[in-house]
Amino acid sequence: MTKLYNDKALDEIKARLEKWEKETLPRSLSRFPERSEEFTTLSGIPVKRLYTPLDVKDTSYMEKLGLPGEYPFTRGIHATMYRGRIWTMRMFSGFGSAEDTNKRLKFLISHGETGLSLAFDYPTLVGIDSDDPLAKGEVGVCGVAVSSLLDMETIFDGIDMGSITTNMTINPPAPVLLAMYVATAEKQGVPYSKIGGTTQNDPLKEFIAQKSYVFPPEPSVKIAMDVVEWSVKNLPKWNPISISGYHIREAGSTAVQELAFTIADGIEYVRHLINRGLDVDSFAPRLSFFFDSHINFFEEIAKFRAARRMWAKIMREWFNAKKERSLWMRFHTQTAGVSLTAQQPFNNIIRTTIEALAAVLGGTQSLHTNSLDEPFRVPSEFAAKIALRTQQIIAYETGVADTVDPLAGSYYVEWLTDKMEEEAWKYIDRIEMMGGMTEAVKRGYPQREITEASFRFQREVEERKRYIVGVNIFVEEEEDEIRNVPLLDINQREIEKRQIERLRKLRRQRNNEAVKDALNKLRKAASKGENIMPYVLEAVKKYATLGEIMNTLKEVYGIWVEPPIY
Amino acid sequence: MGGAADILELIKEIRGRRIKVLVAKLGLDGHDRGAKVVARALKDAGMEVIYTGIRQSPEQVVETAIQEDVDIIGVSILSGAHIPLMERLISLLREKGIDDIPVFLGGTIPLPDIPKLEEIGVDKVFLPGTPLYDIIKYTVEAVKKKRSRGN
Amino acid sequence: MSERDSIKEVLGKATKGDKAALGRLLTIIETSPKKASMVVSEILHEEGGAHVIGITGIPGSGKSTLISRLISHYKDKGLKIAVIAIDPTSPLSQGALLGDRIRMQEHATSPNVFIRSVPTRGVKGGLSFSGVTMIEVFDKLGYDKIIVESIGVGQTDIDIMNVAHTIVVVTTPGLGDDIQALKAGIMEIGDIYVLNKSDKPEANKTYAYLDFALDLGELGGVDKRGWQPRLLKTSAIMGEGIRELADTIEEHLDYIRSSNKYTEKIQTRRMLMVKLLAEKIFLEKLEETAENSGEVRLEKDNNLYQASINLIKKVSRELERE
Ligand code: B12
Ligand SMILES: Nc1nc2c(ncn2[C@@H]2O[C@H](COP(=O)(O)OP(=O)(O)O)[C@@H](O)[C@H]2O)c(=O)[nH]1
Ligand SMILES: [Mg+2]
Repeated sequence: MTKLYNDKALDEIKARLEKWEKETLPRSLSRFPERSEEFTTLSGIPVKRLYTPLDVKDTSYMEKLGLPGEYPFTRGIHATMYRGRIWTMRMFSGFGSAEDTNKRLKFLISHGETGLSLAFDYPTLVGIDSDDPLAKGEVGVCGVAVSSLLDMETIFDGIDMGSITTNMTINPPAPVLLAMYVATAEKQGVPYSKIGGTTQNDPLKEFIAQKSYVFPPEPSVKIAMDVVEWSVKNLPKWNPISISGYHIREAGSTAVQELAFTIADGIEYVRHLINRGLDVDSFAPRLSFFFDSHINFFEEIAKFRAARRMWAKIMREWFNAKKERSLWMRFHTQTAGVSLTAQQPFNNIIRTTIEALAAVLGGTQSLHTNSLDEPFRVPSEFAAKIALRTQQIIAYETGVADTVDPLAGSYYVEWLTDKMEEEAWKYIDRIEMMGGMTEAVKRGYPQREITEASFRFQREVEERKRYIVGVNIFVEEEEDEIRNVPLLDINQREIEKRQIERLRKLRRQRNNEAVKDALNKLRKAASKGENIMPYVLEAVKKYATLGEIMNTLKEVYGIWVEPPIY
Repeated sequence: MGGAADILELIKEIRGRRIKVLVAKLGLDGHDRGAKVVARALKDAGMEVIYTGIRQSPEQVVETAIQEDVDIIGVSILSGAHIPLMERLISLLREKGIDDIPVFLGGTIPLPDIPKLEEIGVDKVFLPGTPLYDIIKYTVEAVKKKRSRGN
Repeated sequence: MSERDSIKEVLGKATKGDKAALGRLLTIIETSPKKASMVVSEILHEEGGAHVIGITGIPGSGKSTLISRLISHYKDKGLKIAVIAIDPTSPLSQGALLGDRIRMQEHATSPNVFIRSVPTRGVKGGLSFSGVTMIEVFDKLGYDKIIVESIGVGQTDIDIMNVAHTIVVVTTPGLGDDIQALKAGIMEIGDIYVLNKSDKPEANKTYAYLDFALDLGELGGVDKRGWQPRLLKTSAIMGEGIRELADTIEEHLDYIRSSNKYTEKIQTRRMLMVKLLAEKIFLEKLEETAENSGEVRLEKDNNLYQASINLIKKVSRELERE
């Protein structure tokens, strides 16, 4: 293991540093006392005044960093990174009816978006139909309403599903939405081999953070793994799962927790799939990840780099993956919504820019940038466009995409990368001791850790140990600026009404015998523990609704109520 | 934002009485970070807090308020469905004759909706970024006001 | 209106099924021992017909989830159910987060269900009194099943369990937990033992272990001759074993009804109420007196015992004066 610096060089630096601490530093400190006694990253990792080669003296370049496109992939999964291809600009969008969303997608594509990402409304997220009494007032507000194949067909009307990839942020109903996507593509004449995109389909983080769970943890994981298995066998270009740290972080975790819990989720899924008898190299290349990019710039970059290194190691050393692609951690990134403020909202553009830059310097494969109206409503066209342009400016003007992993070798960044990794392993060890993430989740362990971290952060803001411009420093009283933000106008009632009418009509016109039959087959298959995907696909094609399919599965698998954790 | 002394003063006041708060999440909304932070802050300030958990209907919240005999109801909604949900909640409170319980609301609430919410009968709306101190202080005062009316 | 009249009014409304009035009545019981005793004297002459079921076990064993399932079961039979969920809140912090209820929220709107959370709040003696008095109120209002959830540790919980007709001890798979439960001392008090979370792979092993303990007579104890403690498996989360549990609870009810233990329990309850109220009043006064009293200081040659007796006398004098 050869180190970066030889002992002689290190001794020299050490001597020099000691001298500096005795002479240069005190002079400076007496003239400019430091702003704070202790500096920490957003996650609470203490940050020293200065980093030098001494902080990375034990680092073996070959072992810890290597070269891009090679193990351990710290510097990137591709040899040329953005010199070859800019990351995919994928803006999370969806609202109102299928028609509204179809229009927005076309707008974004015409403005240079390179991948689609669908946001669903609440009823869809939790697997109920638009005409369910619980859906009242929620249809089309936070995303697009999809209750049947009909809606999916409308969303993609005039969009070639063979040439663009689509991410779908959907979890418990993932099998249903995937089936709808596949059925729609089939109708467009797109062969399975060309259907590309992602289903989020990451159930564990639902319990931990996003809270759109439906079934209890075990069946949830089982269903998600059905989707993975089926996709791996049928849709060679589909990423059936997006193992997500984003929601964990937004729910209040630290960067280290985000890193650790996401990887622990990944480990759990890999184990499940191997236990199903799948060869690790058959599915590992199809696993994808999703992280947050928060406002503490270097910490985020360090997190991304550590994540790649850890995953490569786990796949190779724990699971004996052989294919190089199995070792890649490919990930999507979203800037931190939670860092955006209602106060002085135009500042949000600047925050997002910095966070997007961190994601790019961290080597992301695709990126969503939040809009300045984030604290108020789903993005208006105006705000979404600025957010997209932010990425384009970073990509095409700044030059940061012109060389691979430009921050490598920064003493601070390398030290912090090691530190993130070290701390994350501690969490992973603890979760392993509990028997893996499903067990940990049932005990409420990650939930509790996150709740604590989120409360700690809130306290720090309250006590002004952390600053947020416009919130606890440089505060302005008047709300004029907020009023100047144009908000997306959704005629919710009208959308809901039309959606319900459409559903009623569908229920009248479809072949209800065929639907019943398909649902019965699904129930039987689910009870027997078979892979449910083929049966869900069959039911979807018969125009069984999302709610009907999910209710059938609820009968078999039960539902989940959260343990009270505050 | 209150200073340390103000906070201590407040806490003393709370400890002297018994304040029972219901923190509720209405609708399909799963955003629970804010509600938990608020619930925890109220608890640490010395109140008895009942958190309903997510995905509650207005009916469930009202019934819970009745059975637990709470002094005040804090609702958190980030799903954008606040107008229909609050309308329903408050009309149910009226129906049951317990509309003397003040209701306050936090979450993703666009400014233009606030007058409408007040018209519906929401006592107070808190925007994202509200200091916890303000929320605690409001709660104590609203309960005091209610009690002075009640007796 | 006099205090008594206003209490009568609230009670009257509650009796007619006004849940808001019942909610308020329970608050009165929690907050004012004096008014609570007025409530009690209004209702005590009525004969209660309710079945009080104590559900106890370590935190996380699934009591609340199980209770939610039992409620569904009883609801289907058309019964009226009250739940008193005693939350094991840390007495150190003055505030409390009451979390049992969250698992029973699906029943929040059922007309025949009433759920009330009770914090321990570090109040000396008070909780036992309000808990027991709440049982009395629910009984009087015609609730068929009164389910009390508690962790079964500490005097309060033991008091409350003492007044339950049927005690269900909930445990879970995994030896570690069992040892904890045994340590907590509650393994002896059960009429029915439930191994919840039987959906877990380790369940069979734990079941065998508990079954053996039951055979050896290590479980249960109070009433070994008349009733053989039972061991059942449930999975509250999957809804399995609930009917069997409910049936067994019914069997136990039949047993105590036939053996006069049913009315004995009610008498115990009422006697306990007097004792607990006395304790509460006394302890509160004691606190107050000790705080304001110079006599409490223990000087060098003071006799500790004598000082305590003096304090007690002083408390009694003050109480008499009121
Ligand atoms: C964090 C977050 C998430 C996290 C939630 C994690 C969690 N467990 O809470 C994740 C990533 C999982 C998430 C997911 C989604 N989100 Co989101 N999310 C946010 C975000 C960025 C911040 C919210 C937050 O937690 N802030 C921090 C807390 C502390 O603040 P707070 O909740 O505002 O609370 C403060 C005050 O409001 C007030 N308060 C809050 N509650 C209460 C209660 C009481 C009683 C009181 C007195 C005060 C009070 O006091 C608090 C302290 O100051 C907001 C945008 C934003 N910046 O506000 C979007 C936002 C709320 N999300 C949004 C959407 C659409 C979604 C999704 C539906 C997306 C989708 N289609 O898939 C999903 C749905 C998830 C679900 N199951 O509910 C939209 C809602 C749009 C709307 N209302 O019209 C927003 C506004 C973003 C946007 N502009 O698109 N989200
Ligand atoms: N696997 C499994 N988990 C359960 C079961 N019953 C409850 N749980 C879970 O155990 C945890 C604690 O449950 P809760 O009812 O709050 O327990 P309590 O503290 O005893 O009231 C929760 O996460 C429940 O979902 C069960 O039968 N099987
Ligand atoms: Mg409980």
